[in-house]
Amino acid sequence: MRVVAAMSGGVDSAVAAARMLDAGHEVVGVHLALSQSAATLRESARGCCTIEDAGDARRVADVLGIPFYVWDMAARFTRDVVDDFTREYAAGRTPNPCLRCNEKIKFSALLDKAVALGFDAVATGHYAQIVETTDGRRELHRAVDAAKDQSYVLGVLDADQLSRAFFPLGDTEKPRIREEAAQRGFFIAKKPDSHDICFIPDGDTRGWLTRRLGEAPGDIVDTSGEVLGHHDGAFAYTVGQRRGLGLSRPAADGEPRYVVEVRPRTNQVVVGPAELLGVNAISGDHARWCGPAPEGVVRVGAQVRAHGEEHAATAWADEGRVEVRLDERIRGVAPGQSVVLYDGTRVIGSATIAASRLERESSAAPSVRSAG
Amino acid sequence: MTAYLDHAATTPMLPAALTAMTEQLAVVGNASSLHRTGRASRRAVEESREKISRCLGARPSEVLFTSGGTESDNLAVKGTYWARRDADPARVRLLVSAIEHHAVLDCVDFLVAHEGAKVTWLESTADGLVEPATVRAAIEADPESVALVSVMWANNEVGAVQDVAGIAAVAREHGIPFHTDAVQAAGHLPVDFAASGADLLSVTAHKLGGPIGVGALVARRDARLVPLTHGGGQERQVRSGTLDTPAIVGFATAIVAATESMEAEAVRLTALRDDLIERAMALGAGIRPTGFWQRGDGVHRLPGNVHLLVPGCDGDSLLYLLDAAGVSCSTGSACQAGVPQPSHVLLAMGISESDARGALRLTLGHTSTQGDVDAVVDALPAAIERARRAREATAS
Repeated sequence: MRVVAAMSGGVDSAVAAARMLDAGHEVVGVHLALSQSAATLRESARGCCTIEDAGDARRVADVLGIPFYVWDMAARFTRDVVDDFTREYAAGRTPNPCLRCNEKIKFSALLDKAVALGFDAVATGHYAQIVETTDGRRELHRAVDAAKDQSYVLGVLDADQLSRAFFPLGDTEKPRIREEAAQRGFFIAKKPDSHDICFIPDGDTRGWLTRRLGEAPGDIVDTSGEVLGHHDGAFAYTVGQRRGLGLSRPAADGEPRYVVEVRPRTNQVVVGPAELLGVNAISGDHARWCGPAPEGVVRVGAQVRAHGEEHAATAWADEGRVEVRLDERIRGVAPGQSVVLYDGTRVIGSATIAASRLERESSAAPSVRSAG
Repeated sequence: MTAYLDHAATTPMLPAALTAMTEQLAVVGNASSLHRTGRASRRAVEESREKISRCLGARPSEVLFTSGGTESDNLAVKGTYWARRDADPARVRLLVSAIEHHAVLDCVDFLVAHEGAKVTWLESTADGLVEPATVRAAIEADPESVALVSVMWANNEVGAVQDVAGIAAVAREHGIPFHTDAVQAAGHLPVDFAASGADLLSVTAHKLGGPIGVGALVARRDARLVPLTHGGGQERQVRSGTLDTPAIVGFATAIVAATESMEAEAVRLTALRDDLIERAMALGAGIRPTGFWQRGDGVHRLPGNVHLLVPGCDGDSLLYLLDAAGVSCSTGSACQAGVPQPSHVLLAMGISESDARGALRLTLGHTSTQGDVDAVVDALPAAIERARRAREATAS
C-alpha cells in the first residue's frame, strides 16, 4: 500500500513510519505545519510544530530513505481545532483538542489530501490497535501498553476513517519503542514526550485563554449563591478543579471545595463539596461510531477523560445523542470532554459530554443487551 | 530513471571542471603563503581569476572570490550600503527590484530593520521586467538619498532577462552604484561586465557546471565596499579567508567550457524549452507559461527556463507527484519552515495568490535531453488530475 506516515518529529511517529516501511509499504513522510505564525513556530520550545520538530522528522525520513514533505494545514487547524477550543472554553466547557485534531485534521484534511494524491492510508504513532475481524471489518482497540493507550483520543474516528488508518505501535510497550528507535539509529530516541497542548507550548492554558478572550472578572459562588471570591474569567475553570480557586474563607465544614459548575451566561464559577461532583448519568451529543452504532441498550465501559479509568455502565444511542448510566457515581465529569465507550478492549464510539447529573439509582435503563 | 529538471537549483559539474578540481584537491598549498608550495597555489588561483574575468568581460583585479551567490549579493548590498552611508549619511535609500532573489531581498530587510536603510521597491511588469524608466523615476524622486540600485540580470524563477545596460546607464547618469545578480545568467547568456555598465555583479560556480561553494563578486576598482569578513586581508582586503584553490580551479574550468559551448547550448535548450512549453499548453489543462515567452527567443527569457502556472493545483502536490513519477523539479519559490509560500516574484508580476500556488519550475541544462522533456509531458496529466483533487479535498 501507499501510505502517508504523519511525522511530528517525535519518537513514536518515527518508529511508526519505520515499521510501515518494514511491513513492505511504500511510505512518504508528512509533517503538518499547524501554526499560522512563523514567529510562534520559531519561539516555542516545545509542542508539535516547531521548526526543530519539522527538522527532526525530516532527519528521520532521510535515515529511512523516504520522501518527506511539510503540508500546510494551519488554516484548517486554526478553524477546526484552535478556534473550536477557544469557543468551547468560552461556553464553559472543557474541550479535548487532540480528539478534534484526529477527527478533523489527521484523519480528515490530511487523509483526504493523501487519498486524492493516490495514497491508500495514513499511519500515525498513536498507541492503539486496529484489529481486522474475520469478515474484514476494522475495529479500534486499546493499546497493549495501558499507560500509553491513546484509543480515547481516537474514539472519534468512524469506520471509513479507520479503514484507512494504521497504528503500528499499538502492540508494543513504550519503553520498547524507545529502544527500537535507538537500535534504528534515530538520534531522537531520547527526545522527551510531549504532554502539553501543542498550540500552548508553555502549558499555561489559563493565560492563553485570557489573552484570546480577554479578562472577564466575575464571582465565585457557592451553591446557595453566596459570593466566596472572584475570578478573572469563568472560562479558565473546569468542573472538578480544586487548585487555584484563591478562596479567602474556608468552608464551614473545613472540607476542600471544588468547581462544580461553570455558568458562562452569568460569568459565575460555582464551588461546592466533593459529593456534589458525584454523577451517574451522562448525556452526550456529537456521537461518533467506530463501527455500526450500538442498537438498543448495551453494557459498556465508559471513559470520560484521557488516561482516565474505565467505568462500568449502560448506554444507548438515539440519533446523534448518547445516554450513559454509570453503575457507580464518579467525579470530574466535565462538559466538553468526550465519553468514549468500550466493549472489552474494543472502542465502540464516543460522544461529547453535554451534561451530567446524579439520578436515583433505581431509574436505570430498561432491557440490556450485550454491546455485540 | 530520474529526469532532472532543476538545473536552476544546481547543475551537474562539467566533466572538465570535475577533473581539474579533483586534481587540484590532491595538491597542498595556501595561496597566501610565500614559499614555492604557496606560489604554485597562487598561480592556480590567479590563472583561474584571469579565465573567469575573460569570460565575464571584466579585468582580473575586478574578480573577488566568495563562497557563492548569496555571499556575493550580501557583500554587494551591505558592503556598498555601509560604504555609501559612511561617506554621506544622507545616502540610505536602496532601489531594489521586487523580483530579486532572497539573497538580495533579505539583505535589504536586514538593513532596513537594523541599519536605518530605506527602500524603494522597483516594480516589475507583468512580464517580470524592470523598466529603466521605473529606475529613473525612483532615483529622480530624490537622487541625493540613493545608496545603491540592484536589479538582477536574469530571474531565477521565471527566467526574465533584464535590460541591464539600460538600467546601468540610468544609474551611471546619477553616479549611483549599480549591482546586478547574474547568478542565473553567467555561463548561459553573454555577460559582459564592462559593456553592461554595472559596478557590481554576482556569480556562482554551481549554476554553470562548477562546484558548489564558490562564486565571485565582480567589482569595479572604484567600487567602495565595507568588508563583511575580516582577517587575512585576501581579495583586495574586502573578503578575508584562505582561498579555496581547488574550487576556484573548478569554477574557472567550468565557466570556460560553458562559455565555449554557450551559443550552441542556447539554441539546443531553447528548442527543448519551447517543446516542453508548447506540449504542456497542449494538454488542455489551462496551463500557461509565466512571463515573457516567445518561441525561439533565448535572449529575453533564459534558454533553459520553463515556468508554468497550473490552474487549480498546488505546486507542492505537483512536485510530490512528479517526484514519485521520476521527475525532479521545483515550484521555484522559497519555503518557510518547509511550507511553500506563494512566490514574491509572481505576486510582483501581478499574478493572484491562488494562481501563484500552482507554480511549477522546470529548468534545463547541459545534461538535459529530449527524453527528459518527454518524461515530464508524460507524467503531467495524471499529476495535474491528482493535484487538483488534493486541492479540492483540503479546500476549507
